Amino acid sequence: MSRIGVFICHCGENISRTVDVERVASQASLMAGVAFSTDYKYMCSDPGQTLVKKAIAEHNLTHVVVAACSPRMHERTFRKAAEQAGLNPYLCEMANIREHCSWVHENREEATQKAIEIVGMLIERVKKNRILPTITVPVTKRALVIGGGIAGIQAALDVADCGHQVVLVEREPSIGGHMAQLSETFPTLDCSQCIMTPKMVDLANHPNITLHTYSEIEQVDGYIGNFQVTIRKKARSVDEHKCTGCGICITKCPQKKIPNIFDCNIGMRTAIYVPFPQAVPNVPVIDRENCTMFKSGKCGVCQKVCGPGAIDFTQEDILITEPVGAIIVATGFELYTITEKAKGSPIKGYGEFGHGKIPDVIDGMTFERLASASGPTGGKILRPSDGKEPKQVVFIQCVGSRSREKGISYCSKVCCMYTAKHTMLYHHKVHDGQAYVFFMDARVPGKSYDEFWRRSIEEEEAVYIRGMVSRLYQKGDKIVVMGSDIAVGVQVEIEADLVVLATAVQPQKGADLLAQKLGISYDKYNFYSEAHAKLRPVECATAGIYLAGACQGPKDIPDTVSQASAAAAKVMALFSKDRLEREPIVARVKEATCVGCFACKKVCAYGAVEEKEIRDRQGNLLKVIAYVNPGVCAGCGTCQATCPSKSVELDGYTDEQIVAMIEAL
Amino acid sequence: MNPENKNRFEPKIIAFVCTWCTYAGADLAGTSRMQYPANVRVIKFPCTGRIDPVFIIKAFQQGADGILISGCHPGDCHYIAGNYHARRRFAAFRKLLEFIGVDLNRIQFSWVSAAEGGKWVDVVTDLTERVRNMGPMVEFKELALEEQWSGGLDSPDLQQVYEAI
Repeated sequence: MSRIGVFICHCGENISRTVDVERVASQASLMAGVAFSTDYKYMCSDPGQTLVKKAIAEHNLTHVVVAACSPRMHERTFRKAAEQAGLNPYLCEMANIREHCSWVHENREEATQKAIEIVGMLIERVKKNRILPTITVPVTKRALVIGGGIAGIQAALDVADCGHQVVLVEREPSIGGHMAQLSETFPTLDCSQCIMTPKMVDLANHPNITLHTYSEIEQVDGYIGNFQVTIRKKARSVDEHKCTGCGICITKCPQKKIPNIFDCNIGMRTAIYVPFPQAVPNVPVIDRENCTMFKSGKCGVCQKVCGPGAIDFTQEDILITEPVGAIIVATGFELYTITEKAKGSPIKGYGEFGHGKIPDVIDGMTFERLASASGPTGGKILRPSDGKEPKQVVFIQCVGSRSREKGISYCSKVCCMYTAKHTMLYHHKVHDGQAYVFFMDARVPGKSYDEFWRRSIEEEEAVYIRGMVSRLYQKGDKIVVMGSDIAVGVQVEIEADLVVLATAVQPQKGADLLAQKLGISYDKYNFYSEAHAKLRPVECATAGIYLAGACQGPKDIPDTVSQASAAAAKVMALFSKDRLEREPIVARVKEATCVGCFACKKVCAYGAVEEKEIRDRQGNLLKVIAYVNPGVCAGCGTCQATCPSKSVELDGYTDEQIVAMIEAL
Repeated sequence: MNPENKNRFEPKIIAFVCTWCTYAGADLAGTSRMQYPANVRVIKFPCTGRIDPVFIIKAFQQGADGILISGCHPGDCHYIAGNYHARRRFAAFRKLLEFIGVDLNRIQFSWVSAAEGGKWVDVVTDLTERVRNMGPMVEFKELALEEQWSGGLDSPDLQQVYEAI
């Protein structure tokens, strides 16, 4: 026989203003199974909790219902109090009579009646609650970092420095990501390579880090603390262990006219290549699509000149399985390009700006490569079309960003600052040049950011024109930029030598596919979703997976590094325990009635349903039935609603409990 | 029934909601102090995927006049795909309800996210008004009563049928 204690909270006046709490308490005391019922001004306060604990002891209570605010607010508080008084915490339930009752209704009579019904419903429910043991699962103290840009590098170094093993997977042949492409970084104008490459080398030499470049995630199984990750190591055609990085293969490769993606297709590279001179690891890769050997079977020059014999044309993709306990996703961004539509948009690219048609209309990243000392022009600002120094440069902001028509309604966040930086770099290199910037708003919050932006106008003489560009066209060797200056209310026409578009920041291609492998959610743009926008900004809703950098939303380098360290801190907190406690709201299979149809297995999004063999004493197989792995089960209950023989039950939400609640109404 | 009495009819609405989106959205309506009719009773589920169609029938039997089922928007499910399973299940179940003669206006399916307190208020208010105008749902209640009273196999005909099975 259950002896239920009901505790009605006034929440100051928040509940008692519209709900007659004394009446609720007295009505509750009449309900079947209720042994004790009372009300109190602040149940969650220290004296309130003491009252609950005392009542449990004095009245020998078996179950507790606290009628107060939302369980999302204080369920944990009261379950802890019940536990301290010697009850299993899952025998305590909350009736929400604040958010769902007193705050949303004005009529005192109606609200009181509703509160009584809500309490009655929870009383019926709690009677059927089972004692649930806490589930613990072991933790594999190794982390996987996906993406080797600055976010991934920072997160990997932080976790590895703490003494844990880290596996870093990078899709490209070298780590470094977009930051390695940048020339100088705002707001201090440090050279990107100078601050980035030492970190890359640290990472490669770190005893706790295993680096898999030119590799992709093939499959992810398991759950927090116990993931099994399959990594596809793509065929590099070069043996990483034999290669010394001398580079003779690159100098001898006859195929020299392949646009270099790292240099935004301005420079050329060979078929066997390292993306950039400071690449880590410094091991070349053969681009099989463009290599003569792979196309026609004749050539093999690199193999002939390679001293250590590292070239291996027969190499194949290999699959590696790594057990890890936590995953940090740091896949970064890419820029919106002319040929592509943004997700869900009918409009393709930004043809009105002539990008792709007019060679001297380039995007921001291309300008970075032009300005970079290690870029194709050696740091000189030269036009891609004829190699002349441009004397008038127009920068256009918000290309794609903040444009609902193009399906990208967000602000890309970094463009205002990098365009200000571009005007400075341009002015430093071309003293007699003039930079114009078309902008909608200058969005430059951040430490020393506004000062930096103003410096570009006040000291570096950039002319900012508030308004958007309507059209660009080629006229001789000039590009005519037509736009409006809405501050003055006039049309502006500028004959420019070079136009730089600040195109929108988008998630990497295939971000959605990776999310599906990981089982994490993403928004309509494919940016990964954090568990809570404010209070859990680096965790995914899927336990054990964390986010760092621009894969979660556009971010500058300081924010990215902060988030990467935050994700690392979350991983280290997870690794601080040998076993992990988790909520025991999981599904259980009733072995007697399960017929092994595995309908549950089909609907389980977590792969928690396994096959279990039932044998008799002689070892003869009787039947194969479903088994729910409590470590993997997330507790959604989809299996229970699907099961045709009603043989699987979700603790805390059994059919019996739900029906009891419906019957109480 | 005169119109005055009909106006006084207060329908009983039972809402089956998921804890992550709609329950949180209803909480938000509370913290924003929005107002809506007090007819709705909320039953919390971890996910709309957990909601068995039997609960709808059971709720009608127990005197519900209207039923609301609400969860996360498609693609936003906290449990990856539970709401897709629910959507598919209820799409089929609606046909069945229609077939047995339940007025589908008594049932509302909706997606209310944790940020949509206002939408929760609209959905609840609309459904309450709609069901209020439709009057009480009597069919299932009568069935439930019959079930209760015919508990014993006291008639010989029934006994015969029962034994034949």
